[in-house]
Amino acid sequence: MEIVMSILAGILFTTGIYNLLQKQMLRIIIGTALISHGAHLFILTMGELKRGKPPVLSDDIVNYSDPLPQALILTSIVISFGVTSLLLVLAYRASKENGTDNMEKLRGNEND
Amino acid sequence: MLFAVFLPVLLAIFIPYLSKWKENIHTGYFVLLAPLAVFLYFIPHIGNDFTPIIQSFNWIPSMDIGFDFYLDGLSLLFVLLISGIGTLVTLYSIFYLHTSERLDQFYVYLLIFMTAMFGVVLSDNVFVLYAFWELTSISSFLLIGYWNYKERSRYGALKSMLITIFGGLSMFGGFILLTSITGTTSIQEMIEQTDTILSSPYFGLILALLLLGAFTKSAQFPFHIWLPDAMEAPTPVSAYLHSATMVKAGIFLVARFSPIFSESDWFFVLVSGFGIITLIWGSFMAVRQTDLKGILAFSTISQLGMIMAMLGFGTKLAIYAAVFHILNHATFKGSLFMIAGIVDHESGTRDIRKLGGLATLMPISATLAFFGTFSMAGVPLPFLNGFYSKELFFDASLELHESSIAFANVLAQAIPYLAVFGSIFTFVYSMYLVFGTFMGKKKLDQLPAKPHEAPVGMLISPIILVVGVVIIGLFPNLVNSTFLAHTAEAIYGAPVEKHVQFWHGWNSPPLYMSLVVVGFGTVLALTIKHWSNIYQYLPGKLSLNKVYDFLVDQFEKTSARITNSYMNGSLNRYMSLILIAIVVCTFGILWITDGFAWDTSNLAEITLHEILIAAAMAVAAIFTIFTINKVASILVLGVVGYGLSLLFILYSAPDLALTQLVVETITVALFLLCFYHLPKLRERNESKTKKLSNLIISVGFGAMMTIIAISAHSTKLFEKISDYFLETSHDIGGGDNVVNVILVDMRGIDTLFEIVVLGIAALAIYGLIKLRNKKGAK
Repeated sequence: MEIVMSILAGILFTTGIYNLLQKQMLRIIIGTALISHGAHLFILTMGELKRGKPPVLSDDIVNYSDPLPQALILTSIVISFGVTSLLLVLAYRASKENGTDNMEKLRGNEND
Repeated sequence: MLFAVFLPVLLAIFIPYLSKWKENIHTGYFVLLAPLAVFLYFIPHIGNDFTPIIQSFNWIPSMDIGFDFYLDGLSLLFVLLISGIGTLVTLYSIFYLHTSERLDQFYVYLLIFMTAMFGVVLSDNVFVLYAFWELTSISSFLLIGYWNYKERSRYGALKSMLITIFGGLSMFGGFILLTSITGTTSIQEMIEQTDTILSSPYFGLILALLLLGAFTKSAQFPFHIWLPDAMEAPTPVSAYLHSATMVKAGIFLVARFSPIFSESDWFFVLVSGFGIITLIWGSFMAVRQTDLKGILAFSTISQLGMIMAMLGFGTKLAIYAAVFHILNHATFKGSLFMIAGIVDHESGTRDIRKLGGLATLMPISATLAFFGTFSMAGVPLPFLNGFYSKELFFDASLELHESSIAFANVLAQAIPYLAVFGSIFTFVYSMYLVFGTFMGKKKLDQLPAKPHEAPVGMLISPIILVVGVVIIGLFPNLVNSTFLAHTAEAIYGAPVEKHVQFWHGWNSPPLYMSLVVVGFGTVLALTIKHWSNIYQYLPGKLSLNKVYDFLVDQFEKTSARITNSYMNGSLNRYMSLILIAIVVCTFGILWITDGFAWDTSNLAEITLHEILIAAAMAVAAIFTIFTINKVASILVLGVVGYGLSLLFILYSAPDLALTQLVVETITVALFLLCFYHLPKLRERNESKTKKLSNLIISVGFGAMMTIIAISAHSTKLFEKISDYFLETSHDIGGGDNVVNVILVDMRGIDTLFEIVVLGIAALAIYGLIKLRNKKGAK
């Protein structure tokens, strides 16, 4: 299963990067969102996917799934959420101010 | 000695205050004290019984760097030249520079230069020597560009800076190699380890690097091009830096290291070879110049080449002649520069084509110039010191060592002829200089000012120098055993006794060489108009200045082209470059270390519903690329997110699933909110190659992540720490939900700053929406 998940993470990265290399801001933000999904899946896969119970301690369970990657991913989800929302608002403001969402047209002016 | 070296720079600190304090006193009078004091401090060391003195002062003991000052005959000669001529030049500058100039700046630079020069010649520590060496380059740069409103001054300053610092850095490299081979930073201790250095595989490199430093500083061919342009400096600077002191720093370096290197035949080939070329080229080009200082600049180049050549000979006689000529050149060239300055000052021009017949108007200057130029030309008169050193030069050129290198032997055979050839042109430009300026027709109507004799104060310094010329000329043995013999001994490594005399009898070949020089020189000087066409063919269009300009220009253009080629302002380009670098490096390292691993023994079993979720996610992710519908793209992104949370559920991560669901919902809502305001998605109308390269990069990156994941999973090197969390969560953390205990208890700091991140993001979003630049608001 880990191999399937690794390939899925690879596909998420591939599509994310492909979107990231586009000119439109929307696509770039979609790309970052896909990349962060890929990264989370990647971390989870690294912690082994062997079946165990959720890591909530109980007397009659011996086998738990790995809690540490879960804690890391939880932190990461929140951070990428913060960043994605900031990016969205930034894209909104930038396209409003400049009248374009094409990254190729957003160049610094030498006289600025 | 420490105080003597740093006295000028200490005085420099007070110069700005002094020049403001007494505005009616010329600042130069205060400055005069520093070189004079140093001169008087070192004068008592002259004498028959002289032993080297070493004094050490700490600087960076842990790196074996300290102010170790070593005073032997060689440093004594240079220290006296620097302080003595420094005094005279300061005196001269008092009358040369008007008080309306920025005198405080001028004297501060000059004093920094003096300290730097004292440091160069007295340091025994190579790194301290290098530090002072660069300080001379910097202060020289400041002095050449003193009149910085002139474009030529700035050009000349930059050129000299680039060339001398290039050489300085090469020399630094040589010093580092020397230090690592010998394990010491002291020059004297290096000389004791000559055999180690000579047998080192880096010997050739060290020699080349050190000579590069010496040649650039001492304006040897082909690095001489900065010196003529440095003539844009005020004349006292040209007289001091570019004739008597700084340009001899390279000579000093070669002399200082010659006990180590002179064993090698390559030392002879390189130093003498370049020296002779410089001698000939400098004297040949000097005849072509029309500017008095231009003639003197090329003359300096040529004379430096002659000294360099003699140092390369390495025989007892040649070393003595070199030392003698260092002293002689400093006296007559210093006086000639000062006279050129006087002529410029009193007649308003330095162009020799406009000058002429000044002898009757400026009799004292003319007389001094006669002594100076005749000494420079080596005219055989018993009261001119230049003749002695030139004759010693001829003498030395006749008795060169046999060498193991065939080329060196050929060179040794050719050198006497080359020396005579170069000296003929020396004679020609000397005569051209003095007769063109002071003899012939008066052209008063062409002169900007009415020429008259200079004030007495301005004449004092050249008079003292010319008196030096005559005294050494009349009594050459006066400076002999008390002074120069020690210098030559320091370079040669063994005692040198030499008796200089004017008349050698009829059997001496140098006499005939001198006669040939004077004879041919006179003929050429008289017929100068008939053969000066030769300069149209040689150098003709070939000019080293053009090479320099071309190189500088090309460096600028090429670096601009390279920078513009990748810094084109396109974010897309930068992203591609970064990603390509990551992919290439990772795959490269995987390839080199054979890092790919494949181990299927520890895999979880594959189940159908997981496969279906994964397939749905993959399809949704790929769909984001192709859709041009805004809402659809958001929804398929949502499919990926919710699919991920389903996976979290399946892999026993309830907290993750919960968070992911909530976050994904909010994100989708946010996307919808923002997308409503953003322009529509467009068809991508990019070229096929662009699409292909994007595809390759992204597939490469995805493949890289997959391979890393598989390899990392297949090689588990150590036990997980998670068991510890599972065991202690209840007892230490007091909670049963291990993930939550980790988040707030075991690794609480992560959570703290994650909260900070959210807070900052919220504040930034608020700021972006609420706060607007009123001026730019649309």
